[in-house]
Amino acid sequence: MISEKAKPNKKKVEQVNAVVIRFVGDSGDGMQLTGTQFTDTSAMFGNDVATFPNYPSEIRAPQGSLYGVSGFQVHIGSMEISTPGDDLDLLVAMNPAGLKTNIGALKAGHTVIVDTDSFTKKNLQKAEYDSNPLEDGSLENYRVIEVAMTSLTKEALKDLGLDNKSIVRSKNMFALGMVYWMYNRDMDHTLDFFAKKFKFKPVIAEANSKVLKAGFYYAETLELIPNSYTVAPSKMDKGQYRIVNGNTATAWGLLAASEKSGLELFLGSYPITPATDILHELVKYKHFGVKAFQAEDEIAGITSSIGASFAGDLAITTTSGPGLALKGEAIGLALMTELPLVIINVQRGGPSTGLPTKTEQSDLLQAMYGRNGESPVIVIAASSPADCFDYSYMAAKLALEHMTPVILLTDGYIANGSEPWKIKSINDMEPIGNRKITTASDSWHPYDRDNDTLARNWAVPGTPGLEHRVGGLEKDKVSGNVSYIPENHEYMTNIRAEKVKRVENYIPDLKSEYQEEGDLLVVGWGGTYGSLHSAVGRMNDEGHKVGHVHFNYINPMPKNTEEVFSKFKKIIVCELNKGQLAFVLKARYGNKHEFKQYNKVQGLPFSVIDLEEKFKTLLKEK
Amino acid sequence: MEEVKKYTFKDFQSDQEVRWCPGCDDYVILRSMLKALPEMEVKKEDVVFISGIGCSSRFPYYVDSYGMHGIHGRAAAIASGVKLANPKLSVWTITGDGDSLAIGGNHFIHVLRRNIDINIVLFNNEIYGLTKGQFSPTSLIGQKTKSSPYGNTQPPFDPGELAIGAQARFFARLGGNSPKEMTALFVEAEKHKGTSLIEILQNCVIFNDGCYTQYTDKEVREDKQLHVEHGKKMIFGKNKDKGLVLDGLKLKVVTIGEDGVSEDDILVHDAKEPDSTMHHMLVKLKYPLVTGIIRSVDEMTFEEREAQLMEEVKAKSSCVKVDDLFFSGETYEVK
Repeated sequence: MISEKAKPNKKKVEQVNAVVIRFVGDSGDGMQLTGTQFTDTSAMFGNDVATFPNYPSEIRAPQGSLYGVSGFQVHIGSMEISTPGDDLDLLVAMNPAGLKTNIGALKAGHTVIVDTDSFTKKNLQKAEYDSNPLEDGSLENYRVIEVAMTSLTKEALKDLGLDNKSIVRSKNMFALGMVYWMYNRDMDHTLDFFAKKFKFKPVIAEANSKVLKAGFYYAETLELIPNSYTVAPSKMDKGQYRIVNGNTATAWGLLAASEKSGLELFLGSYPITPATDILHELVKYKHFGVKAFQAEDEIAGITSSIGASFAGDLAITTTSGPGLALKGEAIGLALMTELPLVIINVQRGGPSTGLPTKTEQSDLLQAMYGRNGESPVIVIAASSPADCFDYSYMAAKLALEHMTPVILLTDGYIANGSEPWKIKSINDMEPIGNRKITTASDSWHPYDRDNDTLARNWAVPGTPGLEHRVGGLEKDKVSGNVSYIPENHEYMTNIRAEKVKRVENYIPDLKSEYQEEGDLLVVGWGGTYGSLHSAVGRMNDEGHKVGHVHFNYINPMPKNTEEVFSKFKKIIVCELNKGQLAFVLKARYGNKHEFKQYNKVQGLPFSVIDLEEKFKTLLKEK
Repeated sequence: MEEVKKYTFKDFQSDQEVRWCPGCDDYVILRSMLKALPEMEVKKEDVVFISGIGCSSRFPYYVDSYGMHGIHGRAAAIASGVKLANPKLSVWTITGDGDSLAIGGNHFIHVLRRNIDINIVLFNNEIYGLTKGQFSPTSLIGQKTKSSPYGNTQPPFDPGELAIGAQARFFARLGGNSPKEMTALFVEAEKHKGTSLIEILQNCVIFNDGCYTQYTDKEVREDKQLHVEHGKKMIFGKNKDKGLVLDGLKLKVVTIGEDGVSEDDILVHDAKEPDSTMHHMLVKLKYPLVTGIIRSVDEMTFEEREAQLMEEVKAKSSCVKVDDLFFSGETYEVK
């Protein structure tokens, strides 16, 4: 079982600051569950954590195929962890295809654990290996731990009377058990998890527990892992935490906004990857009065929400890139009728169907400009799994207080990635106002506006005396009746733009992290915060004067944006697209500043190492 | 039940100038609606009109209630959101054959399938009027229009047949020149719990004038139309001597007093029969053209199912405030 390359050494415990682990296998091998369990256990131990699930768009791709490999990466540390990490310290590969597609990410000299039972001739062929990598010396730069996981799992469960399929399915827990031993984690959290999850299938709970323990004790007894490691608890702010992914945090931010505003929550949505989990989450909360409506298509998703908003609910629609394209016309209706509406776009690789399960930031210009006519809306972006909570809450607040559609951009990376969230109580959150009126004077008009925000009133059906009509045709500036008067159209076009612009008076200033002035300013937005924050942190550790600003508010931008830019000699805009924020910045500030770009469109997040390299090159340039 | 003020026609008349072409049936529909609204047990502030795009869809501007002139084809989806947000409202969707059966076909079938308690008035003029005369999904084969100068080659939908296929529980049809029946029909539609679909055979005086005259002209109406009523025999004709009987699996027109047929042989209309087979046959008949409430079946509405489920979940859950959710389950303390 133990390869030549991994002869038992005397066990020693080594203290490390951070480790990056990736579990890979077939899409039916339970890699997501394995990774999640390791993450939760580490978080409860006190580590800071960040995760990155990376799975194919096929639900059950052909077994053993290269494109069917599903992976879950987790980065744990005793220090601040802001990305799921670049290179791996440990790879767990359940089959040859997983090994082949992931070994390149493993640091030289580091450990890979493989299930030797899966290295059959057929699986090697499917993974397009000409020879067995466990035998041909191609892995000599790594420490390979060969374990017959499938056989050992079968052995552990031989007395339970389970069918072969159920037995083999639990081999992921053998791998998890081994990794728990390696990182000195206890198994209690996962054992509890089995007991709860399989409450009504005690034999499955027992099987999983047995295999987990078998893996743990196997690693311990045979000492086949030369070192075990500890990662000390991280110094995080005191308080109650839980692990959340971005989609859950987004849904919960909306629940909080609903309770805080006192409005019922309506979600009109159509299933689309990777946004569907927000729908899955919100349908659970009927006890909070949430009305989650799975519509017949994307357009019905948003138009039903517009109807609900007209009738006085806090209305939301959720989607991903192609769905946002379908909703374009209706967004125009919401901004023309000046109704509050939150549109959440969990971005994925595009165009067209693109890369549904991979991440990208390529819908920014669509969010900004992807509609007919002059149609400005508020555009904001969340920057980490946990702050999806804050920005979905903020999206609702801005929509309600300013009577306008708000597009919130997240992306597949932060939507599926998870990290600790310091739980917020509803009592500590900013109040949310709204523009509802129940009575009005005789001189009231539907398009009367607030002097400061320019938001109109919200007179909802059921309110006596305020009967009125709205619609997509141009409105008279006061009465809201249809108007074709040329000057009125221009006036209304300007008002709608000014209304969105004035939101800048209600959002926080842009703040540069690490340096307020210096040689280079790194500019990003949305889900790349963690990568940029890490890379800029490392640059500063090495003595470079580099600042980092990250846009959460893109339309409008914070008022001090130009001032922040002016404090740096060079500016680079880093995006997972071909330069969409850069395009906006050049249009607005291009006469005063030069914006360099760093762009990546591989459906993957930035690598911190690549970013650093780019920054260093740029600093050296004259 | 709270007493509803007695309204008049004028209470629902808006201050907007009506801009349809002179002679359009839309005026008849509007007047019938303004007469019907005071007859309904609803408060003015609870009435909502939602429309799509097209000539018919200007309708909400002319009614002094809450209203939204939406976007093309989406009225049923907007109206669904209004009703789900506030089930107490009386929600009306005003739409046309292009709006509902072409661009909005998907919302049309799904709102019927769900049985949300809204009323849909479908102005069917077998033409696109507002875009100036193209064939629509209900135009006839061979019909010459601006986009079919040599004759239309696309077979038409029958709105009633489509609706019954989509599980409509309430379907009624009426000629656009029958204001009295129309007012009564709107009141019936409002009473019906669930989606009510009313097809109005609406003459477009500009682009498709006379498309229904063979059925709706005063001269021929009684002989060519069968106005059905639940529980009554399906008899028509100026002399009330024609009727429907079953001939094998088909409907057949017979004359009472001829070939030994007596009034007893004539079929009785059952609008409340859940099995839609007979309603489908009635919808498809061309002679006589069947008008009135063809189908009216009581069934739980979508929003009733949702509300019931919500109550059940609420009763079982101890989670009342979001803090109960956020601070429960898999949390941990950093000290």
